[in-house]
Amino acid sequence: MHLMYFTEQPMSAYPEQAGRDFGATALMFSNKHFDPVEGSRLYNNYIEQYMLAEEVGVDGIMLNEHHNAPFCMQAKANIFAALLAGMTKKVKIVMLGNPLPLAENPVRLAEELAMIDMISKGRLVSGFVRGGGQEQLATGVNPAFNRERFEEAHDLVTRAWTQTGPFRFEGTHYQHRVVNPWAVPLQKPYPRVWIPGVISKETIIWAAQQRYPYIALNTSIEQTKKIWELYDSVAADVGYVGGPENRGYLIQVHVSDNEEKAIENARQFRWMQGEFTGLAHPVWSTPSGYGSPSARRAFVEFASGRASNPRGETSFEQQMADLRIIAGTPKTVVAKLKRILEETRPGILALWGNDGRVSQEDSLTCIRLIGQEVFPAIREIAKSLDLKSPFEANAPVHLKYSTDLKPRKAAAAE
Amino acid sequence: MAGVNWTDSTVEAGGIKLHLKRAGPTAKKARTVVVLHHETGTLDRLPFYDALAAHYDVLLPHHPGYSRSERPAWMRSVRDIAVMHRGLLSGLNIKDAALVGLGFGGWIAAEMASMAPADLSHLVLVGAMGIKPPQGDILDLAITGYVDYARAGFHDQKVFDRVYGAEPSIDQLEMWDICREMSFRIAWKPYMYSQTLPHLLGAVRAPALVVWGDDDRVVPQSAAARYVEALPNARLEIVKASGHCVDMEQPEALAKLIVDFIGPE
Repeated sequence: MHLMYFTEQPMSAYPEQAGRDFGATALMFSNKHFDPVEGSRLYNNYIEQYMLAEEVGVDGIMLNEHHNAPFCMQAKANIFAALLAGMTKKVKIVMLGNPLPLAENPVRLAEELAMIDMISKGRLVSGFVRGGGQEQLATGVNPAFNRERFEEAHDLVTRAWTQTGPFRFEGTHYQHRVVNPWAVPLQKPYPRVWIPGVISKETIIWAAQQRYPYIALNTSIEQTKKIWELYDSVAADVGYVGGPENRGYLIQVHVSDNEEKAIENARQFRWMQGEFTGLAHPVWSTPSGYGSPSARRAFVEFASGRASNPRGETSFEQQMADLRIIAGTPKTVVAKLKRILEETRPGILALWGNDGRVSQEDSLTCIRLIGQEVFPAIREIAKSLDLKSPFEANAPVHLKYSTDLKPRKAAAAE
Repeated sequence: MAGVNWTDSTVEAGGIKLHLKRAGPTAKKARTVVVLHHETGTLDRLPFYDALAAHYDVLLPHHPGYSRSERPAWMRSVRDIAVMHRGLLSGLNIKDAALVGLGFGGWIAAEMASMAPADLSHLVLVGAMGIKPPQGDILDLAITGYVDYARAGFHDQKVFDRVYGAEPSIDQLEMWDICREMSFRIAWKPYMYSQTLPHLLGAVRAPALVVWGDDDRVVPQSAAARYVEALPNARLEIVKASGHCVDMEQPEALAKLIVDFIGPE
């Protein structure tokens, strides 16, 4: 079991009422509400949190990035990854991840990640994401080519990591005269790639086809099970058996030394007006061409106010009941996490520990309790359930490095 | 105008089936007028189309990727559409057509004019995109809701209600999304204009009429002056009480301007 700590790095000092008055807290919500003095304080708070996480023994620190929004202060995940590469000694630096389609030059991204891997002495996990819809608009990248750019940039980055240069790359969206980076990853064949996601089937299928672990982001137990059903079926098609080493799960968990305080702080998981990423205009969060064509009709109904959000809207109480938010003392939290582990069998678990306006003191208490009490108990449970991480299972970094493939179709033909 | 008889056909081009509507006087040999629709696609019929079809052999191709035409996945620019429509005209042996471009279709018409300036009788650009407005910006689909965007094309919202219905259907919303996606594929950046087009319009000697609604909130009127300046033989007409979609808001006034400009047949 690989156990991680995560925070969105909330810009908790923004004036909430201004967001409500504007009616959105992303993309076009003015950065006049961003106070760099508070920003400086918060960035340094987050560094303190990460350093404590390493000290209390977490296996990994999960990083991500978003743009133009108070719910996440990381505008470039590689900056924090580079900081952690130099400041920490043991933790894996787990990027979930770099938004590939936003890269105008994936070779540059490959170089940065190789530098992080070398500086950290091989502690990088290089996850990749498509980036949210708003990210495409914030960075001027065409949403209609999001998936094509994702796959092509992935191809280019992994080739830059593994193929001796110089070589030429002539793709549909990327063309490079000379690919020959003088920075290559320390880990061979290349750093592990994990793919986080929420809902789109295409991403689950793609991850399974690559044999990359898929990290389900705060999905319900039922949704998570459906994700593994699809993943395992694709895995069987390409010739391997999906297992815990292919499965990751991120969940909002706040731990405190008393139950009431834990629940009070956990309400901060809904600090962005109850939404995961804050209030947003639907056409900003899902620009045309970004979503699955199969979801087009349901989406336009939602976007025009004729139907409720297809992703669903649930109350704090309901999310607590569904175990999508867990809060309490280590004892109650472990008992609830145990149920999730039994039902969904992940080999990678990330606890999203603090959000919103939870104080630095309470955040540090949460991290200490996670590292010293929750994770040791989870390790024992994982051992009894045989939930191995990709590291423990020595899983291949990519399908093409597999030695155990038995494709379903080929097997049927024999 | 109910008597206008429109025919529908498909033409294979660029690996897709392009949808073509056509109508016109049957008794006589009429001039061909090619109408190029907006980036919101086109409704199947409009009074404006019928008004032109009373005088001319009207061709209304649905742009590739819009309305009833299939999407060519390879397409990357608005100029590609202009080339496909040029190919359509040569395939039909049509020479010296008049081009009437509506909004986004105006950009396509201007591209078509620039690439074969001798093969053109008249050019009509109505609230045309395609040139960077010297003042103001073109309203951006990417950050505007479906209905808000469509409504922004109208000066009088009651006219919008008549054309699309006060609550446009889900089919209509879905079509707007499909059209939007295609616009992103070919006109994402720079958004809805070409940096080279104004420099290529100098060879267009055919008479050009630039028409703008007096309340165009989609394409700033400053672009109209830029078109008139770039085209050697152009003049400007402003239509009163009209937004960007002059064809839908003031169909009779626009048709009259065009008939006066091109001649009755």
